[in-house]
Amino acid sequence: MSNQRKRLTGEREDEDDEDAEGIGEWERAYVDDRSWEELQEDESGLLRPIDNSAIYHAQYRRRLRMLSAAAAGTRIQKGLIRYLYIVIDFSRAAAEMDFRPSRIAVMAKHIEAFIREFFDQNPLSQIGLVSIKNGVAHTLTDLGGSPETHIKALMGKLEALGDSSLQNALELVNEHLSQVPSYGHREVLILYSALCTCDPGDIMETIQKCKKSKLRCSVIGLSAEMFICKHLCQETGGLYSVAVDEVHLKDLLLEHAPPPPAIAEFAIANLIKMGFPQRAAEGSMAICSCHKEVKIGAGYMCPRCKARVCDLPTECTICGLTLVSSPHLARSYHHLFPIAPFDEVPAFSSLNDSRRTLGKSCFGCQQSLIGTGNKPGPCVTCRKCKHYFCLDCDIYIHESLHNCPGCESIHRPKSVSLMEE
Amino acid sequence: MPSVAFKQYSDDVSLLVLLLDTNPLFWSNTSITFSQFLSHVLAFLNAVLGLNQLNQVIVIATGYSSCDYIYDSSLTSNHGNFERSGTGMPPLFASLLKKLEDFVTKDEELSREEGHEDRTPSCLLSGSLSMALCYIQRVFRSGHLHPQPRILCLQGSPDGPEQYVAVMNSIFSAQRLMVPIDSCYIGVQNSAFLQQASYITGGVHHTPKQLDGLFQYLTTIFATDLHSRGFVQLPKPIGVDFRASCFCHKKTIDMGYICSVCLSIFCEHHKKCSTCGSVFGQSKLDEASSVSDKKRKAPHT
Repeated sequence: MSNQRKRLTGEREDEDDEDAEGIGEWERAYVDDRSWEELQEDESGLLRPIDNSAIYHAQYRRRLRMLSAAAAGTRIQKGLIRYLYIVIDFSRAAAEMDFRPSRIAVMAKHIEAFIREFFDQNPLSQIGLVSIKNGVAHTLTDLGGSPETHIKALMGKLEALGDSSLQNALELVNEHLSQVPSYGHREVLILYSALCTCDPGDIMETIQKCKKSKLRCSVIGLSAEMFICKHLCQETGGLYSVAVDEVHLKDLLLEHAPPPPAIAEFAIANLIKMGFPQRAAEGSMAICSCHKEVKIGAGYMCPRCKARVCDLPTECTICGLTLVSSPHLARSYHHLFPIAPFDEVPAFSSLNDSRRTLGKSCFGCQQSLIGTGNKPGPCVTCRKCKHYFCLDCDIYIHESLHNCPGCESIHRPKSVSLMEE
Repeated sequence: MPSVAFKQYSDDVSLLVLLLDTNPLFWSNTSITFSQFLSHVLAFLNAVLGLNQLNQVIVIATGYSSCDYIYDSSLTSNHGNFERSGTGMPPLFASLLKKLEDFVTKDEELSREEGHEDRTPSCLLSGSLSMALCYIQRVFRSGHLHPQPRILCLQGSPDGPEQYVAVMNSIFSAQRLMVPIDSCYIGVQNSAFLQQASYITGGVHHTPKQLDGLFQYLTTIFATDLHSRGFVQLPKPIGVDFRASCFCHKKTIDMGYICSVCLSIFCEHHKKCSTCGSVFGQSKLDEASSVSDKKRKAPHT
């Protein structure tokens, strides 16, 4: 009877929850929010919001400096065709609530964003998902190129129980990735929440096996730094990082989306046969090979076996030919031809002639570069075309656009082409 | 007052960035003259500004050797000058015409500095697209209330293949920002870049057949704001060719070979990649690790 009463009035249920937990739902919002941390005192003691843009830009410059120091003049090869397995730890440590609302929910949300970003930046690569539950590793999805299948499989099984076993996960992934063609780069990204690993055998042997099969393992820890994870990443040439909060976790995850610098011996260069299908004619009817249904109009025809497929990039189910379109290849070209980072212009430099003529406004967005009180504000300049850009354009150009507007606005004679053919 | 501004920002407020082709190599032999073309364009810009009080128009000129901002309707300095420019043009666009004239003279000077041998007829589409995207990014940063941006490319010059990577980068960035790139091609050959740009970003591509009626094409097709495109019939994309061209012969191919290191496209099997120099099919590591797999036989006694 009391149960029925609780179900009838939803508010009663809430009140019961309140009494149980000690805080009401409206109070919970403030516990998570922590809006007082975003305020700062200025010179006269008045409150003002923190100026995030300068901090943000300083972080971005630091990141760019680290990347360019690594690349320093030489053209580093990048592994563009990647076969990545994401291993998610669903042991009882993943049910911890230190990430709001729980580690599992945060991990699932960020992994979904990562999968979409990954396929955006690496259209020819494939992802597979593996979960560790009760000390056993299960394959959630096999290697595939469609983001929707992976996300659906991930969201279907979000529960945490049992121990975590690093060795079982590595063995399973190793077995799957041994069947991958030799020109692909094999990678594993492990999201580890537990503080220990319960293994059936010697994990050091497994690590050596991974190293021999050229598998690059990276780990993102959610709780604390562990020796075994660090050792694994060092041995296989991967990246180990530990997240301190949700935002940091997302940043660390998205760092793995662009292709990592490839070690030349890891993947054998090979010519891969690919097809470039044409769009099927409007109004043509065919049975598509992916859904086994009759479809009219939009779709593509495999050039080798003339089977109809709905989406690109995909592998033809009939003849196995990889089907792509030229924009998919073009998405990866900016990794091969990166633009050089812009130089910072010291904010209080004297207004010399070039700065006075060119530096009044940002070349990209026409925003004024004169700061408060008619002094030159912070800006950056491109080494090649000598144009000035504001800080926001700098971030946008290097992270999303990958073209310097100034360099593109200079006519280059026909003999010098970007592709160096 | 934010509440009043919110009411004024209806669904159909748009920010139009117009990329105007001023390539002298193209305009030297066309059916309409540049000044006739300009009169169509200026009438079109007036029409767009008249559709909604909050509409904004930016004009970027795509030249042969440079690109620059010509007109920004949100700047108040436009309205101060009421002198007639002498050609009968409304005073609203006096500053536009002045800046365009300055730009064309400067562009001509810059192109004269280079040699006359390598005269590719293409204009700098990638430069003006990049500038347009930087401006749109600035608009997005300005807060929640902003017009819906789109880009319109009015071009006649053919594609320059050396700009392929830069143009594709701009197209993907526009796709991420959800900014449609419309294109109106008034040249002779077909422009594959513009067709792909409009298809990938969800814009409209059209090649007007009769350039005398350019104003009519512009107002009926390209003046529609993004919200109204849901219920207005616009030209549908027909047969965009997404096939790649091989790097060795530049012919479009149906099936080809891709280098796994640098993604260069070849039509036939090669021993070595001409772009990155990697040799195919050769393993650098010793394959003799299979020796350890063999079981040790017990010695015969």
